[in-house]
Amino acid sequence: MTYQEFKDILYNGVWKQNTGVVQLLGMCPILAVSSSVVNGVSLGLATSVVMALSGAAIAPIRTVVPNEARIPVFILIIAVLVTVIQYLMNAYMYSLYVVLGIFIPLIVTNCIVLARIEAFAAKNPPMQSAMDGLAMGLGLTAVLAVLGGIREIVGHGTLLSGIDMALGESAKSLVITVIPNYHGFLLAILPPGAFIALGLLIAGKNWLNLRAEAKARSAAIQAVQTQAA
Amino acid sequence: MRRTMARASLHTALNLLAFALIGTAILAFTYAQTFERIAQSVEAEKLKLISQIVPQDMFDNDIIKDTLDIKADDLLGNEGTTTAYRARLQSKPAVLVLEAVAPDGYSGKISLLIAIRDNGELAGVRVVAHKETPGLGDYIEIARSNWIKGFDGKSATQAGDWKVKKDGGQFDYMAGATITPRAVVKAVHKALLYFELHHEALFAPSEPIKGEKP
Repeated sequence: MTYQEFKDILYNGVWKQNTGVVQLLGMCPILAVSSSVVNGVSLGLATSVVMALSGAAIAPIRTVVPNEARIPVFILIIAVLVTVIQYLMNAYMYSLYVVLGIFIPLIVTNCIVLARIEAFAAKNPPMQSAMDGLAMGLGLTAVLAVLGGIREIVGHGTLLSGIDMALGESAKSLVITVIPNYHGFLLAILPPGAFIALGLLIAGKNWLNLRAEAKARSAAIQAVQTQAA
Repeated sequence: MRRTMARASLHTALNLLAFALIGTAILAFTYAQTFERIAQSVEAEKLKLISQIVPQDMFDNDIIKDTLDIKADDLLGNEGTTTAYRARLQSKPAVLVLEAVAPDGYSGKISLLIAIRDNGELAGVRVVAHKETPGLGDYIEIARSNWIKGFDGKSATQAGDWKVKKDGGQFDYMAGATITPRAVVKAVHKALLYFELHHEALFAPSEPIKGEKP
């Protein structure tokens, strides 16, 4: 994998084709778990690991699987991988499993995993496929973190609540109370809040894209003009 | 032409079969390797929960050894035999810890540990395992909210209001997730009824109790 390839895949996964705000593929888990930063980031990271591993596992066998049977085979492999991870975490990292365990089965239902396998790992070598899975996962994690942050601040008036479950009792001091004596805003915690916040995020991303485009265009026009002059 | 098509489908089918077999083998292997450790972790977690709901000064026996097998019973919702832990103070019955299952959670079963004092009052309830929606129905876990502590000190005799507030009962709930607390409240109430029904036998030294399941 060349450095340019690495950069392209990373940019593609985290920004250009972001699964959360561009491809809109993981709506179900996004809406369900983005009610707080800690929940969102936890699921995002777990998904990243599964996506990287499934990319690496499927790319080597992409030439062996007949075209007609590829979807069931891919799903089978993803499901096996997720279940194995669940068993291993349950056995060897029990405290982490207690926190994340509930999210893990959700990963299989996430269309992002199959979509990236189908669109990328089925056509590319293992290293690149693993990288693509990881980059896509990180892009999703970023969206979940921002979305979780918005919903948590508006809904509960706090940030990073529940972090002590992921990092241990001592992390409790990391919880930030943004708005003291806040009574909460239920809409933000419920699914409609997720839709509204996600809509705003998508609008924000499109606005940034348009601005970058306009800038590039005016720069190009300027270049042409200076050349003409 | 027909032959090649048949051959192609056979090839696809065999391929699928091969991957299914490999997948099953990997899963079976991982399960066999981990299941003992998983059982140990679950057991350790259970003991941690028990120590949370049974006050240290209420017993002086070895709870872990003083157990009783409970057969499947509709009031407890358990399908197989489960273990009840018995806490005694100076050989007198103090607290009984029952395992119960709420079958009607929002997404499947909710396993509970229920500690009942000898006088029929709840010492405490804890959720052992559940599959409720993260961020919505998971406030029944002690790690996420104090909701479950609302059961402390309640007993079945304060009947009538064994419902969530929305249904006219006494228990809190969070808007957007009422099915989960409903299931837990119902299961705890039924466990209390079970306790009343079998009170004598539950603290008796031996003999497992027969279930009520047909």
